[in-house]
Amino acid sequence: MKLDKILKNVLLALAACLVLSACATQKVSTGQMQGDVYTGTDTIEYLASGVPDRVFFATNESVLTTASRETLRKQAAWLRKNSNITVVLEGHADERGTREYNLALGERRANAAKDYLMTYGISSDRISVLSYGKERPVDSGSNPLAWSKNRRSVTVKAN
Amino acid sequence: MMKKFLFINILLLFIPFKSFALIEVDITRGNLNPLPIAVSPLSIDENSRKNFEKILQKDNLGSEISIIVENNLKTSGLFNPLDKNAFLQAPDIANLKPRFEDWNLIKAQALITGKVTFKDEKLRVEFRLWDILAGKEMMALAFTTVPNNWRRVGHIITDKVYERLTGEKGYFDTRIIYVAEEGPKTKRIKKLAIMDQDGANNKFLTLGNELVLTPRFNPTSQMVTYLSYFRNLPRVYLLDIETGTQEVVGDFPGMTFAPRFSPDGKKIIMSFAKDGNSEIYTMDLENRIVEKITNHPSIDTSPSYSPDGKFISFNSDRSGYQQIYIMNSDGSNVKRISFGKGIYGTPNWSPRGDLIAFTKLHKGKFYIGVMRTDGSGERLLTENFYQEAPSWSPNGRVLIFYRETKTDANGDGFSAKLWSIDLTGYNERLVKTPTDGSDPSWSSLLSN
Repeated sequence: MKLDKILKNVLLALAACLVLSACATQKVSTGQMQGDVYTGTDTIEYLASGVPDRVFFATNESVLTTASRETLRKQAAWLRKNSNITVVLEGHADERGTREYNLALGERRANAAKDYLMTYGISSDRISVLSYGKERPVDSGSNPLAWSKNRRSVTVKAN
Repeated sequence: MMKKFLFINILLLFIPFKSFALIEVDITRGNLNPLPIAVSPLSIDENSRKNFEKILQKDNLGSEISIIVENNLKTSGLFNPLDKNAFLQAPDIANLKPRFEDWNLIKAQALITGKVTFKDEKLRVEFRLWDILAGKEMMALAFTTVPNNWRRVGHIITDKVYERLTGEKGYFDTRIIYVAEEGPKTKRIKKLAIMDQDGANNKFLTLGNELVLTPRFNPTSQMVTYLSYFRNLPRVYLLDIETGTQEVVGDFPGMTFAPRFSPDGKKIIMSFAKDGNSEIYTMDLENRIVEKITNHPSIDTSPSYSPDGKFISFNSDRSGYQQIYIMNSDGSNVKRISFGKGIYGTPNWSPRGDLIAFTKLHKGKFYIGVMRTDGSGERLLTENFYQEAPSWSPNGRVLIFYRETKTDANGDGFSAKLWSIDLTGYNERLVKTPTDGSDPSWSSLLSN
C-alpha cells in the first residue's frame, strides 16, 4: 500500500516533469520558476551544510518534483547520520485558495515529503506533520513568483 | 445568568386589526427604490431622560435608539430613512396620532414613532409603525428590559418593522463572530472577536497568542466552534461565549479543522486530516461518539448541513479539482453538484434550505455565488481579487464574507475586510471592524 502510493507519486512526478519541460520553453521568464514550481534559492535555509530545508510544489499539487526528491534524499541522509534529531514537516499553500481546502492541501504536501523520507529509512516516529495552509507565507507578494515560494513543505528541527 | 440579562419582555400593545393592501416591500429583487420611511426620535419625558443620562451617559436615549433603527433600515438597502430636519411633527405628539398629511408632504410612506420611559429601574420602550398613505397604525409593541440593553431594543424594533413590511424575519438583533487580524502578512496575529451585527460592542475573545481560524456559531445557542493552533496542535475547539469556557472537541491523532454545528446544535461536523488524506467526521457533543462520514483518498472538507439535517454539502477534489458535492447525512449517495467553469469551495447551506452559497475561482478571479441544491441556477453575486467563506444572515437574505487585497510590487498593502451583500447581488457593503477581519459567521436571532 505504501509502495503503491510512492509508485504513484513517482509516476505523477514523471508526468509533471514532462508537462513542465514542455511549457518551460514558453513560460519561464525569471529563471526562478519552472512551470509554476519555484526553483530559486532566495527563501531556502539549510539544516546542515548542503542540506536544504524545503521543497516546492506546483499549484494545487502535492507531487514531488525531481529537485524536491533530491532535497529530501539529502535530508534523509542527514537524518540517518543524526539519529537523535526529530523533525516537523510544515506544509503550506499559497493565498489563491480557500482557507479550509488549503489546510488540507498543506497537510497533503507535508505528508508527500514525509512518505519520501520514510522510503529512505527515516522512521515515522521521528517525523511529525503540521499544516499551516495559507496562514504563514514567506513572501507577501501577490504574484506568481511569490505564490511559488509559498507552496512548500519545510523541514524544521523539533529538538 | 447572562440569559437573564439578555431577556427582554415583549408585549403586544394592540393586536393590529387585519387590514389589506398596505405597504409592502419586495425583497426578492434588487431594491432600486428603497421605501421612504420616517423614523421619528422616540419621545422621552424629562425625568426619564435625566435618569438614562446618569446610567448610560446618553444625553437623549429616545434619539439614540431611533438612530440605531434608522441605520439598520438604511443598511438593509430596502428602506430610505428620511432626513429628520424635515419632520414637522414633534415626537410625543406624533406617537399619539400622527398628522398623516404632514408626513405625506415629506414623501414618507411609513412612519415609526415611540416613547421611552424609565420605570422601576428599567427601560420601557413602546413603538408604533404607521402606514402614511392608508392613514393607519400597522403595529404597536412595547418592551421592558435593563437599561444596558438599549441598543438591542433598537435592533428588535428594526426586526419587527422589517418583518411587518417584508413578510420575512429580520436579522438585526444578531451578532457576528469573526477573526480579527493584525500585523504583517507573513506573521499575522489572529484573535477571535465578536460584535453586534451593526459593528457595535466589539470584543476580543482570545489574546492572539495562538493562531485561530474559522469560528462558527451554533444555530441554537451562543456557542461557537473554531480551529485553534494552541500548542501548535491544530484542533477543533468549542467556546461558550457567555462563560468563556473553552474545550478541545476534535482531539484526534492529527489536524481537525473546518468545523460547523449541525442545525440542532447537538453535533459538530469537521474534517480530520491524517497521512495526507482529509475525511469528514461528526462528533455528538453529548456522548462524544465519533462517526466517519466520507471515505475517499481525496480531500473532503468544508462540510455544511442542510437546515433539516438530512443532507451535507461539502468540498472535495476527488474529480481532480475542488468541487461541491452533497450527500445524505450518513455519507451515502454522494453527488457532485458544481459543474460550471472554474473551481468551487466553501459550500454553505442557506437557512431557508433552497440554496447553497459558495466561493468560486475562475480565470484568476474569486466570486461569491449561490446555486440551488441540485447545482442548477448558479448566480454569481460579486467578483474580486480574493474573497471567500460566505455566511448567511439567519433569514437567508444577506451573505457576509471576507475579502483580501492584492499587495503591491513590494508586497505591501495587504488587508482583509468583512463585506456583506444581498442575495439579489445588490447592496454590497463594507462591514466596519476596528482591526482587519476574516472568517465571519452570523448568529441566529438573539430574541424572538
